[in-house]
Amino acid sequence: MAKTDSSPIAHEQRRPLSPHLQVYRFALTMAMSIMHRITGVGLYAGTLLLAWWLIAAATDASSFATANWFMGSILGRLILFGFTWALFHHMLGGVRHFIWDMGYGMEHPEREYLAQGTLIGGAVLTALVWIVAYSVR
Amino acid sequence: MVEFALPKNSRPTAGKTWPKPAGAKSVREFRIYRWNPEDGQNPRIDTYFVDMDDCGPMVLDAIIWIKNAVDPTLTFRRSCREGICGSCAMNIDGTNTLACTKDMSSISGAVKIYPLPHMKVIKDLVPDLTTFYAQHASIEPWLKTDTPQPENEWKQSPGDRSKLDGLYECILCACCSTSCPSYWWNGDRYLGPAALLQAYRWLADSRDEGTGDRLDNLEDPFRLYRCHTIMNCAKTCPKGLNPAKAIAEIKNMMIARQA
Repeated sequence: MAKTDSSPIAHEQRRPLSPHLQVYRFALTMAMSIMHRITGVGLYAGTLLLAWWLIAAATDASSFATANWFMGSILGRLILFGFTWALFHHMLGGVRHFIWDMGYGMEHPEREYLAQGTLIGGAVLTALVWIVAYSVR
Repeated sequence: MVEFALPKNSRPTAGKTWPKPAGAKSVREFRIYRWNPEDGQNPRIDTYFVDMDDCGPMVLDAIIWIKNAVDPTLTFRRSCREGICGSCAMNIDGTNTLACTKDMSSISGAVKIYPLPHMKVIKDLVPDLTTFYAQHASIEPWLKTDTPQPENEWKQSPGDRSKLDGLYECILCACCSTSCPSYWWNGDRYLGPAALLQAYRWLADSRDEGTGDRLDNLEDPFRLYRCHTIMNCAKTCPKGLNPAKAIAEIKNMMIARQA
């Protein structure tokens, strides 16, 4: 049978997909899930930076000086600050998921408390590391 | 597949603004997703005004009022009007819920209504649930036993029966599955929270003897393990159930049987 506009198959192919991300109201745990992904991707970049620094240290003085100069620059420090935050945020996110995977803290409002704890904990630990780093410098 | 944007044919356009009810003192604005399979057009967002003095308190009351008083072509599913059939599940004010139990006074501003997210639309607020039902069937939602049938009924202690609380109440409205980003991106292979909650309902049943087969059927990178504990399912469930927790319990059963 020739496929005409009124056949059920043609109808099905024309059917639109209903809006999803465009209309769905963001909830805290949903936002934290995507932040966990984003910080996880950020850790790849940060680890590359760390590898560069270590390799430079093992190579020779001038490569190490170059790497050190970059890390010490304003841009470098900003990137390292972001890396520190991504590390703590992702680590605490991992702890949160570990708790959830055991079946605890999944009800409302405990799940929101855990998400808030991750947010606050990540920021506090990052600030702490940088305060300590600057004060022992 | 992760695709953030809607396909071209699915992007809603500005629709028609219907006249306000004459002489109404208290009027509420509704913006409702429309799609007509017969006119070849993109979906559109129509604006309606409901006379609140002539209408009940729930969102379902309002869309029935619109259908009766303004636009008889507005299409949606509804049946029990008391939150037990699951027919009128839709996206209201950004969250999936049942129109019949959603109080309009809990929404500020215009009431925005879309079909359940990331589903093929049959017409207006009616999504195609064929795959959703097939996924439910795939978890074999019935009692599976090997031992001979007892003379009377299969017995269960009150303690074992209570393990089904929070599971058996599911009405299969599809609010949870269609709220789940993992289901949006992989709804063809990931079973989704509703089917998995039901899978756990049978895994948790002391009378069921199909546990091993049931777990074998779920041991798959997609069917079960696409759940990343985003928790939209638990937040949106209009019956207050927690599919995310049921899924965590299934994952733990998987680990326990390896030991």
